[in-house]
Amino acid sequence: MAIEGLNYYQQAVLLLAALIALTSFLMLGQSRLLRLVGIFGVQGVLLAATTAMVANALDFPHLYISALLTLALKGLLIPVMLHRLVVRMGLHREMDTVQHPALVMMGGTSLMVFSYYVSLPVVKLSSLVTVNTIAVSLAVVLLGMLLMITRRHAVAQVVGFMSIENGLFFAAVASTQGMPMVVELGIAFDVLVAAVIFGVFFFQIRSSIDSLNVDRLNRLSEVDR
Amino acid sequence: MSLFLAHLSVLTALLSSLVALAYGQRTGLLRAIDSVLSQDSRHYPDLPARVDYLFAPDRFARIARIAPFVLLAFSGAAATLAGSIALLGGTVDQSTLPFGLPWLIWHTRIDPLSGFFLGVLGVPLIAVSLFGPGYVREFEQGKYSLAVLGFFTGLFVAGMEGVLLADDAFFFVVAWEVMSVASYFLVTFQHEHAANRRAGFLYLLMAEIGAIAIILAFGVLASFSGGFNFDVLRDVALSPSWASVAFVLGLLGFGMKAGLVPLHAWLPEAHPAAPSHISALMSGVMLKVAIYGFIRFTLDLLPTLFWQWGVLVLILGAGSALLGILYALQQQNLKRLLAYSSVENVGIIFSALGLSMIFFSNGLKPLAALGLLAALLHCLNHALFKSLLFLGAGAILHQTHEQSLENMGGLIHRMPKMAALFLIGSLSISALPPFNGFVSEWLIFQAALQAGAIPSGVLRSMIPAATAVLALTSALAAACFVKVYGVAFLGLPRSRHIARATEVRYPDMLAGPALLAALCVLLGVLPTPFINALSGVTGQLLGETLPGVSALGWLWLTPVAPEVAAYAPPLVLAGILGVGWLCYYLLYRRTGLEPRRADPWDCGFGGLSAQMQYTSGAFSMPIRRIFQPVFALREALEEQTEGPGQHRVVRLRYHFQVLDRAWLFLYEPAGFAVTRLARWAGRLQTGNIRTYLGYSFFTLLILLWVVS
Amino acid sequence: MAWLLALFETLLFIGAAPLLAGWIKRVKCRLQNRKAPSVFQPYRDLRKLYRKQPILPEPASWIFRAAPYIVFASTVLSAAIVPLVAVNLPTAQVADMIVLAGFLALGRFFLVLAGMDIGTAFGGMGSSREMTISSLAEPAMLMAVFTLAMSAHTTNLSQAMNYVLDTGVVLRPSFVFAMLSLMLVAIAETGRIPVDNPATHLELTMIHEAMILEYSGRFLALLEWASQIKLMLYGVLVANVFFPWGVAQEFTLPALGMGLAAITLKLGLLAIVLGLSEVLFAKMRIFRVQEYLSFAFLLSVLGMLSHIILEAQR
Repeated sequence: MAIEGLNYYQQAVLLLAALIALTSFLMLGQSRLLRLVGIFGVQGVLLAATTAMVANALDFPHLYISALLTLALKGLLIPVMLHRLVVRMGLHREMDTVQHPALVMMGGTSLMVFSYYVSLPVVKLSSLVTVNTIAVSLAVVLLGMLLMITRRHAVAQVVGFMSIENGLFFAAVASTQGMPMVVELGIAFDVLVAAVIFGVFFFQIRSSIDSLNVDRLNRLSEVDR
Repeated sequence: MSLFLAHLSVLTALLSSLVALAYGQRTGLLRAIDSVLSQDSRHYPDLPARVDYLFAPDRFARIARIAPFVLLAFSGAAATLAGSIALLGGTVDQSTLPFGLPWLIWHTRIDPLSGFFLGVLGVPLIAVSLFGPGYVREFEQGKYSLAVLGFFTGLFVAGMEGVLLADDAFFFVVAWEVMSVASYFLVTFQHEHAANRRAGFLYLLMAEIGAIAIILAFGVLASFSGGFNFDVLRDVALSPSWASVAFVLGLLGFGMKAGLVPLHAWLPEAHPAAPSHISALMSGVMLKVAIYGFIRFTLDLLPTLFWQWGVLVLILGAGSALLGILYALQQQNLKRLLAYSSVENVGIIFSALGLSMIFFSNGLKPLAALGLLAALLHCLNHALFKSLLFLGAGAILHQTHEQSLENMGGLIHRMPKMAALFLIGSLSISALPPFNGFVSEWLIFQAALQAGAIPSGVLRSMIPAATAVLALTSALAAACFVKVYGVAFLGLPRSRHIARATEVRYPDMLAGPALLAALCVLLGVLPTPFINALSGVTGQLLGETLPGVSALGWLWLTPVAPEVAAYAPPLVLAGILGVGWLCYYLLYRRTGLEPRRADPWDCGFGGLSAQMQYTSGAFSMPIRRIFQPVFALREALEEQTEGPGQHRVVRLRYHFQVLDRAWLFLYEPAGFAVTRLARWAGRLQTGNIRTYLGYSFFTLLILLWVVS
Repeated sequence: MAWLLALFETLLFIGAAPLLAGWIKRVKCRLQNRKAPSVFQPYRDLRKLYRKQPILPEPASWIFRAAPYIVFASTVLSAAIVPLVAVNLPTAQVADMIVLAGFLALGRFFLVLAGMDIGTAFGGMGSSREMTISSLAEPAMLMAVFTLAMSAHTTNLSQAMNYVLDTGVVLRPSFVFAMLSLMLVAIAETGRIPVDNPATHLELTMIHEAMILEYSGRFLALLEWASQIKLMLYGVLVANVFFPWGVAQEFTLPALGMGLAAITLKLGLLAIVLGLSEVLFAKMRIFRVQEYLSFAFLLSVLGMLSHIILEAQR
């Protein structure tokens, strides 16, 4: 269905989906850790807003709870935690520069086209109006992975991981009627636990290898070179 | 009629190459004529006097210099006329030539497509023939023979015309080889320079590899159809895989000649090495002949078209366009820069062809016609402005013997007329309205904008991306030619011999570029009749013509529909002139405040010198830095210090060299591999006579075994 | 009648451009707690310049003298094809958005040549930077135009505005991205703050000012005026293409008056946004501009992709 035929809530879902994709790209190109965490928070807020809009547009009231949960966890709690962590560890002035930003961006764009291509068959099967956003959610997942591949810094990698989770959640919201409540609560809890574990993990690797550059972990290899 | 004229043009080109041989043969000719005349001189009593008049040394030299060019101009005019008749009449003429092998007679044919390209060949040829006689004067006293130059020029032109007229694979390949080999001798004309010999060898090598690919491509078609005549080849039934093999071979062969990245590396070496009027023909015309070959092979001969081919052509084209202009921006040698810019323009043409192929394979014939039309128009435009620019560079070279932009400057005060013509060329190639380059780029953008009609979403997202690359290309082209014009013609002269330069002495040398410049403006302001004339070609190749190119009247250009896009170049020109004149009138004529001349602001240091100007390398530095990964950059800084602790820097010298990555990644490894292969094969040559006897012996044995 | 209206609209456009510049200056002054000059100050400056005898530098050629006229003429022509108070004017048929970009490029070409004509280091520096920035801005702008054209199926500005008016308020992600991208491009192309500082004469940071350093008198007046028109042009593009409501679709007096009021309001608001952003951001290093412009390009690419992925008919 063309966009003119949709009501404003549905249009808003599409707009928010596009903005989520934008935040993914911004994360891909951002070299300052604090801003990276900030953009991640914005993505969480947008995701929450999208969920709320989907709840309204498709009339699934239980999604409101998910939206609230997302807002609290991914929009506020985890970004604030990461932020404090970065500041406490004195990383707020550190840069994690991308090697070839133009190349990475081009890669990201082609990933988006690719995910569109891959999601075409799925889209044909579904009748929900928000189904167009599946490609975007898949792209968010892939872009998160690309973020993890291209970065050296452990904090950036964690943000990439969380962003993958955001993409998965977005796919669940957009393509189905949202996951069952139990699963959703479980995942939310998992993410929280993961964030805590990552926090501990940061301190651990920092104390053992004196840096958060994951390339340094290569030294742990047992093979002698 | 048109075919007769076309044959005539080939003949005159061949004749011109023969006439050129007369140069420097004055005594020999005189003796021959005397021996003829002595037999029947009583019939024409005043003949010896006339002969003496004609053969006075100075006069003979002038005639021998000019005559080949007169014939070439005639050939160009005949080609243009033949082409126009074929294009406007939309007729197809075929005939056979009494040459070739007994079972493979040469066929010729002229149809709208070849007619159009004959026109593309003819017009620059006329301009070059006007420019040439003055230009080659400097070779008269030199060590290089004008006879050789004229001979191979005529042969080169005849070869190109032969390619356009060929109607069977055999003649096509023969003419193609004549064109390639003749142009090799033109590239190595000034063979005393090692760089020219190297460029010539590379050129010959690449041309022959390309020719092999073309022969193989024709071979695939011929083996499935059992004939070499194009009529037979057209009806061939091919499996998709074999068709793809033929297509890739054709793309390789024709793309190599046309200079597609990454097969382009020979082009910026070879084109600048030739004398400038030949460079104009090579860049302006020969590349178009290669494109003609590609169009003929792909759109006419191959039975099917797949969208994947279109995508390949589009990507190669967009890549060539971008890389070509990026490298062009970094060149300091004017002719090399122009050669790289040809790579860019070929890329633009191939992008348009790729668009056309994608549309055609998706069944969108009107849009395919639009893409093809844009490609053809850009072929013509590029032939015009690139020849103009090369002739301009030739004029500068002729007057100052300088090719490097780093030594030029201020030529607008010294060569005002050439500067004005060069400005028109620069504006056209930078795709600025209301000049001709803009029309074709605008049409390409319009074609690309219709990508929404394609069903496949992936293609729909890919075409705008390629078009954004084209937009970047055209903006960079503007930057490139601003650099050329600003550095060469504006500012202060950067060397002494440039400061002493003067305008070209011969009006002919201005007439050639002036003709091209006038056509650039004409095609830019009134493109509609030309575009309408091209409908014959699109009709022939795609079975579709654009109905409403001038739906709003002849002033307007409306490629798709009036409400989708319209462009009225005459009104634009009138608007610019009108507003500009009005301002001039109101602000200058009415007030009459005459400007005062004064020294420019020099920050109080006193005295600007030419060394303070931005150089060509400095101008393009930001772009070099932004697109760093594209270039292989070699920089060196020499510092000369003195004083206590060597702290005072007395002299700084900065060198930089921008290398083509295609060289490093493709050509050097390939060259290395070829050398190794040759060395390995060279082991056969032991120099021992008994070993050679052994070779013959075993060959004999094997032959006997095969025969039995 | 329609042609007359178009002429009138163009004159209005040209006449109002200094006013907009004055208004932006006023907004900025207020935001920086300075005393603001009158909004009519740009007119006074132009008049002053017009009356002065121009000075031509010694090495200047005819390009230097012709460039201001060509720059001004091409800018006026581009102003003529952008609908200001009414759509469906005949001038919109003369050229579309791509030609508009071409006009601006033509003016830039001559301005840059004029900068190189004198042979001073400043001119060359400004010219080189201007060409670099504009060559990066052009693809972003064209991509934004493409995004718009893919929805509206036209590159004709008037038709595109008609399309947006006819479909009513639709939250198109592609338009949001295209608009943001166009705004970023506009800031770069008109030499506003994060990219260039119009108020500075500091040698190492300037771009536009470096090119026109040698101009004086009426030549300078023309160039200043042209750059004011260019600024207004981008403002009208952003305001009218993405928010065309209020623009007159028929040529009656109330409709035209309404259109005039609407565009005044929109431009006034846009000027406040611009002033705010200029106060909040600092000028960036010249080699950061490429990141800024690639962000603009990324936005327009995302706009195009979201048009294809999210908005398309299935």
